[in-house]
Amino acid sequence: MTFEPKIVGFLCNWCTYTGADLAGTARVKYSPNVRSIRVMCSGRVDPVFVIKALYEGADGVLIGGCHPGDCHYLEGNYKALRRYLLLRRILPEYGIEPERIRLEWVSASEGERFGHVVDEFTEEIRKLGPLRIKESLFESMKGDLVHHDEERSAQTGEAR
Amino acid sequence: MKLKIGIYWGAACGGCDVAILDTHEKLLEIADKADIYLWPLATDFKYSDVRAMKDGSLDAVLFSGGVRNSENEEIAKLLREKAKVMIALGACAQGGGVPGLANMYTREEIMRRAYIESESTDNKEGVVPLERSTAGPGYDLELPRLYNTVKTLSQVVDVDYTIPGCPPASLQIYSALGLVWDDMLPKKGAVIGAGDRALCEECPRKKSEKTITHIYRTHEKLPDAETCFLEQGFICLGVATRAGCGSRCIKSWTPCRGCYGPLDDVADQGIKMLGALASVIEPKEEAAINAVLDSVVDPLRTFHRFSLASSILRRRKE
Repeated sequence: MTFEPKIVGFLCNWCTYTGADLAGTARVKYSPNVRSIRVMCSGRVDPVFVIKALYEGADGVLIGGCHPGDCHYLEGNYKALRRYLLLRRILPEYGIEPERIRLEWVSASEGERFGHVVDEFTEEIRKLGPLRIKESLFESMKGDLVHHDEERSAQTGEAR
Repeated sequence: MKLKIGIYWGAACGGCDVAILDTHEKLLEIADKADIYLWPLATDFKYSDVRAMKDGSLDAVLFSGGVRNSENEEIAKLLREKAKVMIALGACAQGGGVPGLANMYTREEIMRRAYIESESTDNKEGVVPLERSTAGPGYDLELPRLYNTVKTLSQVVDVDYTIPGCPPASLQIYSALGLVWDDMLPKKGAVIGAGDRALCEECPRKKSEKTITHIYRTHEKLPDAETCFLEQGFICLGVATRAGCGSRCIKSWTPCRGCYGPLDDVADQGIKMLGALASVIEPKEEAAINAVLDSVVDPLRTFHRFSLASSILRRRKE
């Protein structure tokens, strides 16, 4: 089966989500890989949301906000930028490519651009391949708690 | 009737046990109210004695430490069967604690570092502990298996209550035990012996608008006596940490390191702290933000110092 990236998009109500809406009404053709979640502001995107999405099976996370200076709440997008930059720094330590998260400024009038962003990001995630965090966590614990009794009976063929 | 309790340590330093001893003369009161059936740090006992007990015969077990080897897990499961109330004691049992940071490495990396590569090790033959040795006739010796992933107590057995802290404040342990013998325990799953607000709410320092332009480590600058540590550029986890410790670090001029764990309904203390810190950094342009972030040394382990094993991702992906 070919790999189809699962991307979770946290899109700000005032700009990017409206931009995505415009992409729809303008019938822009773009990859169907983003599952959009509307948030009131990119500054509402708690980094915990991003980590949770990755853990629960997303291969990438897109955060969409208003262009600098255009935030409906004045500074929310700057908060988003700072959190995004700090989060990117710790992802490699978790063994996760920082390219799996992306922050983009897309205004309400940039429907076309929203399509481009999604296409480009989807292709990038496709190249990176599936993330499989939960699966690799369980794999990493497979060797834990192997009873010596079991090993021994496996060697001797005796029942415990 | 006197209660029966057990006290046990998994992957822990023993500091929680010492915190119990640090209740001083109240320890006599504890001994008055409860018979201690098991306490490796302070009393003589055999696992076989515990195995011989009827299930549910211990009124409460205080289990400190995470689960990092097969012995920890086996005894955690045994004590769960014997205990009416299982209490996770301390930051390691709650969130993995400092030993939980081993989840940033694999078992093989840790064994290699500890027994072969470390600067003080002279081990040219590369001898490492075996889990099982059958050298010589009549010998069949075992050591517990070191796990690849450190687990919290609640990831291995059903935990009824948690007393947080590294170590928990002694009086908080005493008051939590009071809940057991007064039969006043709250709803299952609750954190006991701690507050339900963030440490900031108890912190005596002055707080105002936070705008950080540089992060300092504690040895780089002397903090002033009154202002919030975070405002002065020290990473203080008070915003993301449960109160209940009595602000003991803060009162000693030391920023909070987060040992009392997350507040209720917080899925990941470390990532919450990451979000909080990033939002109070002053610059707005990427390059200037990055210049501030360059002064954050080892963010992952700083934010997750006590909680990596209980965080959402739990370990480095392989």
